[in-house]
Amino acid sequence: MADKVLDAKGLSCPLPILKSKKALQDIAPGGTLEVLATDPGSVADFAAFCRMTGHELIESESANGTFRFLIRARP
Amino acid sequence: MSDTKIEADPAKSAKSMSIIVTKGTLDWAYPPFILATTAAAMGLNVSMFFTFYGLPLLLKDLDLKLSPLGNPAMKIPMAGVHMGMPNIASMIPGVDAAASTMMKNLMNRKGVASIQELRELALEAEVRLIACQMTMDLFEYSLEDMIPGPELGGAATYIEVASGCDINLFV
Repeated sequence: MADKVLDAKGLSCPLPILKSKKALQDIAPGGTLEVLATDPGSVADFAAFCRMTGHELIESESANGTFRFLIRARP
Repeated sequence: MSDTKIEADPAKSAKSMSIIVTKGTLDWAYPPFILATTAAAMGLNVSMFFTFYGLPLLLKDLDLKLSPLGNPAMKIPMAGVHMGMPNIASMIPGVDAAASTMMKNLMNRKGVASIQELRELALEAEVRLIACQMTMDLFEYSLEDMIPGPELGGAATYIEVASGCDINLFV
């Protein structure tokens, strides 16, 4: 179970990333954030966001049109 | 969306980006604000230089509009087809305003942030906003007309900023 869940379903670029960045500020280093999104562009964008910021993208999966990302906040 | 606040990241990388913002229509306002807020969220130091028709994007009250005139690429999805508009229709009073309202409704339905929202997020992320002094004088604006936050500068100010940036964009 993630430390925090962010529901970004129905939001378009760049809101899922911007809201995730904000949510990660409230998570302790090493803690986890789960993001739910429906924007198909978010798959590539969350990978890029994590590569640039040092947060770890632990899981990236999709089911029934919803994308789910599990991110570990950088230590 | 006042609940979304992006704080400056203490572990910011040394990367930085500048954007020259020259267009103030509803559609063209998006690329610079989307890229600025996203870059800031990814740890970049971001500066935006507002000049000519981009300058009114800093006004307190935004009422952004677009025009289909001379823009054959603008096609709005309606009932399964993509509708363009002949140039002559755009000359009819009220048509541009109606097209702007339609675009805003479409954006709202699709979960696209408003420019006001993105501008607020840019301010919270400490994006540096520079208002072109020459354009301020030319179009007779003062800082009191603008949201709090912008500083005044000219071409030399921008060139100094851009000289130190990894990414420089002109929109």
